[in-house]
Amino acid sequence: MTAVLLRDLRLATRAGGGVGLGLGFFLLVAVLVPLGVGPEPATLARIAPGILWVGALLACLLTLDRIFALDLEDGTLDQMALAPLPLEGVVAAKALAHWIATGLPLCALAPVLALLLNLPAPGYGWLVLSLLVGTPALSAIGAFGAALTVGVRRGGLLLGLLVLPLYVPTLILGSEVARRGAEGQALATPLLLLGGLTLGSLAVLPFAAALALRVNLR
Amino acid sequence: MDAAAPDLSVTDLACARGGVPVLAGVSFRVPSGRALTLRGPNGAGKTTLLRTLAGLQPALRGQVAPDPGAMAHAGHADAVKGALTVAENLAFWARVFGTGGIGAALAAMDLGALADRPVAQLSAGQRRRAGLARLWVTGRPVWLLDEPTVSLDAGSVARFARGIAAHLDRGGVAVIATHADLGLPRAGVLDLGPLRARAGLIGAGAG
Repeated sequence: MTAVLLRDLRLATRAGGGVGLGLGFFLLVAVLVPLGVGPEPATLARIAPGILWVGALLACLLTLDRIFALDLEDGTLDQMALAPLPLEGVVAAKALAHWIATGLPLCALAPVLALLLNLPAPGYGWLVLSLLVGTPALSAIGAFGAALTVGVRRGGLLLGLLVLPLYVPTLILGSEVARRGAEGQALATPLLLLGGLTLGSLAVLPFAAALALRVNLR
Repeated sequence: MDAAAPDLSVTDLACARGGVPVLAGVSFRVPSGRALTLRGPNGAGKTTLLRTLAGLQPALRGQVAPDPGAMAHAGHADAVKGALTVAENLAFWARVFGTGGIGAALAAMDLGALADRPVAQLSAGQRRRAGLARLWVTGRPVWLLDEPTVSLDAGSVARFARGIAAHLDRGGVAVIATHADLGLPRAGVLDLGPLRARAGLIGAGAG
């Protein structure tokens, strides 16, 4: 499983990998929104947590179909199914690789972009924390969606439609944590719920995704 | 190679592609150390049979022994990543299958000089050689080969045939779907033409 993780990370960082794609998209969203909304600092400060969370979520969504589709295309997925590896472990390793290659850089970039959106100073730590806690759920849910749609030609649209409703609770809770943090309110409840959601996704979805892969490989 | 190299035995196998029955009543036995060549026109079901033997798709009926844990499958897709070098690709599979080094695999397919080149830069034939070299790192006794010689030059075909012969000498088994003549010494031939499934037959069996 470590082998799968290391290979996916190596592929993501080589030319044509997914790292730059998600980060670039996140950057675009954060740069374009102030231009579209207008340079009113108070307005920007109010919408900053939500915009950053939506941007991170869409950036994550953008790279999801790479998780399994490329491996199906070149026959790697067949060989992994034959290999002495539990498919659940393959899914978990690939979801983890997706998070390290996409979610983690988004968390690192978020404070820089928060500056562009005039996020109030107390909010920075909470924004990063909410992303750190929430983005693993995005990768796990995304891996499940990618496994469901892996046999579908050009399944990107279907994948988006399937995954978006599953992303909604994470988005609501995550941006709520960031917003309350920025406004100095109590945020223990949404943060705990967000953490619970992530842990639940990590515990259940690799099994569901492996099941979906087995059906799709036939 | 493990000591108890098994015979491959297939009993009354029926398989389907995309839900349509393709083959029925396939029975054969390949003893350890021998090969079987599958013949048949395009669409005869060679790929489907090999995928069913490998456990990549379920059989409609019948048994295959040993179980898929003994099988190594090489299909039309090479299962190599263009962004990685030949050595990185093989080392990945060696780790996944828990076998030792990749030296034997590189030597078997004459990839020593290409080991550090990214696969994306290789020619189609070189890429295929890198894909076939994976068979050596799986360490599995039963090789299921689907048109392995496509895009290989004459020298590489001969080298690959010698590799299969050496695998058979170690007690392995190979089932090969090919239109080319590999000149293997101990190879039987199975013509899939007469084994075409008729919908009625399968319907009667399943019902």
